[in-house]
Amino acid sequence: MALISGAQSPLYAQRRRKNGITMALAYVATAFGLTWLVLILAVLLWEGFSGLSLRVFTEMTPPPGSAGGLLNPILGSVVMTGLAVLIGTPLGILAGTYMAEYGRYDKLSSVVRFINDILLSAPSIVIGLFVYEIMVAQMGHFSGWAGAVALGVIVVPVVVRTTEDMLILVPDTLREAAASIGLPRSLMIRRVAYRAARAGMITGVLLAVARISGETAPLLFTALNNQFWSTDMNAPMSSLPVVIFQFALSPYKDWQELAWTGALIITLSVLTLSIVARALASQSKSS
Amino acid sequence: MKKTLGRRPVADVALQSGSLSVAEASDRSKVLQKLRIGDIGFRLLTRGAAITVLLILGGIIVSLVWGSWEAMGKFGFAFLITESWNPVTEQFGAISPIYGTIVTSIIAMVIAVPIGLFIALFLTELCPMFLRRPIGIAIELLAGIPSIIYGIWGLFVFAPFLQQYVQPLLINTLGNVPGIGGLFAGPPYGIGILTAGLILAIMVLPFITSISRDVFSAVPPVLKEAAYGLGCTTWEVSRYVVLPFTRVGVIGGVMLGLGRALGETMAVTFVIGNAHRISASILAPGTTISATIANEFTEAVESVYTSSLILLGLILFVITFIVLAFARIMLMRLNARVGA
Repeated sequence: MALISGAQSPLYAQRRRKNGITMALAYVATAFGLTWLVLILAVLLWEGFSGLSLRVFTEMTPPPGSAGGLLNPILGSVVMTGLAVLIGTPLGILAGTYMAEYGRYDKLSSVVRFINDILLSAPSIVIGLFVYEIMVAQMGHFSGWAGAVALGVIVVPVVVRTTEDMLILVPDTLREAAASIGLPRSLMIRRVAYRAARAGMITGVLLAVARISGETAPLLFTALNNQFWSTDMNAPMSSLPVVIFQFALSPYKDWQELAWTGALIITLSVLTLSIVARALASQSKSS
Repeated sequence: MKKTLGRRPVADVALQSGSLSVAEASDRSKVLQKLRIGDIGFRLLTRGAAITVLLILGGIIVSLVWGSWEAMGKFGFAFLITESWNPVTEQFGAISPIYGTIVTSIIAMVIAVPIGLFIALFLTELCPMFLRRPIGIAIELLAGIPSIIYGIWGLFVFAPFLQQYVQPLLINTLGNVPGIGGLFAGPPYGIGILTAGLILAIMVLPFITSISRDVFSAVPPVLKEAAYGLGCTTWEVSRYVVLPFTRVGVIGGVMLGLGRALGETMAVTFVIGNAHRISASILAPGTTISATIANEFTEAVESVYTSSLILLGLILFVITFIVLAFARIMLMRLNARVGA
């Protein structure tokens, strides 16, 4: 009886009301967050699809007022992203290996871990300025190489982080088994630990690719842009994000349309990459 | 030798037969010697790579200081507090981009922090199990969308929407309130400080959400069960058990989002308006450090101009470095406690 009267007390009603309001707010907040995702994707599909045609992948960027495609920026993006991965991945994997295998508890590793985490979220435009200073200013001209190096610097911390995380998940019993048959440590790492952590490490590289394929700021003053077909890495090089930036801010309608199409292409590739990476990561965790 | 080693199963190297002839024995010692050298080499290689990560950070700092030396010498400390930004007379001051960076970030955090925490709360306490993964992934996808996409969307969709519907409303209602009215003065441009802040809010929301969700789900269930056992409501459990337990981690997540907002470039460049002045109204166009660099760097021909832009970059890096370092220390502290 006492319980029931307690349950009907004004204090109890007030607590329940407060709970109801805040829980409703949680639902509203989630709906709010998801709305943006849906809204952005919907606009992107709507605006981007109308311009999507074969021409986009086979023709060069046009001067304003005439038809054209995005072939040269797509090429530039693919080349620079590929090179950035070639530059950043080995460095990242080796550094992650040191931290997980050799110096798991030493001072150097904890310092590198801290610095790496900061590099992971450092503003990418600052990395662009850094590469501008060490490459563009020294060579005297913008180039595809500088763009690739700038993107490579962004790849490194992502790969370091995932490599270390994945190698730490490899059971020590595997390492002990390898050591017990007299396997040298470097072979143990390469043949046993890498094999066990492979899926996770590939995930890291995919996430890095997803990250850099939309990066614009560091390319603005390293690779700059190029209106023409160019495979010369020593010359300024076109890239999708920079072309989107330039075309979207232009007053020309057809350039703006191409910018939307480019945005759609980038977003679809980035989302595909991150979904594949996620699938791979969850697969490796369950096995 | 290396090639044959590559094809054989690894154990063979160690488990070669015990009955070695003299010739074979010398062969074997050669193999072992090679392995030893390879071992040391690989170790040094990985160590070198780890040190390279430190060198990158050092390189960033040194190159930015080097590049901004001229501007530092010319303007000195006054650079930080001067508003003029005039390429023609070569007078540069950083106060208006710094102001814009800070104000847009504050707007972003004021909106994104409570919403992010509520979404995290929803995901850990309320959401039905089968929806947790998909909603969590959707929020994280939002984090993966490149910032240039937010920029183009902000310029063509969001800013016109604000200009037509939201800003006139703000001007006519809040604009007349004494005290804060000045914040909402002036014509509705669409683009401006407020628009940039709102887009930043959408961009940092997923970061705050996913970190808060991770730290919330690290709360030991016993603690929550004990509180529920006392008759606490879900809100009371969240407020008096989950939040205090995860406070350090939440602060870390918020700081991480703040670091992101401070350094964000493309989305802001599209919608901020690029005006080097400080206006009382948040509807007015302004600029941020990163937007200034992105917009003007390739146009800067005089060395003082370039140098001033690099000095802006250095200031941005120092600010974000402090914020991010603080975030990491907070998150490490939480990990240490949860691990113990």
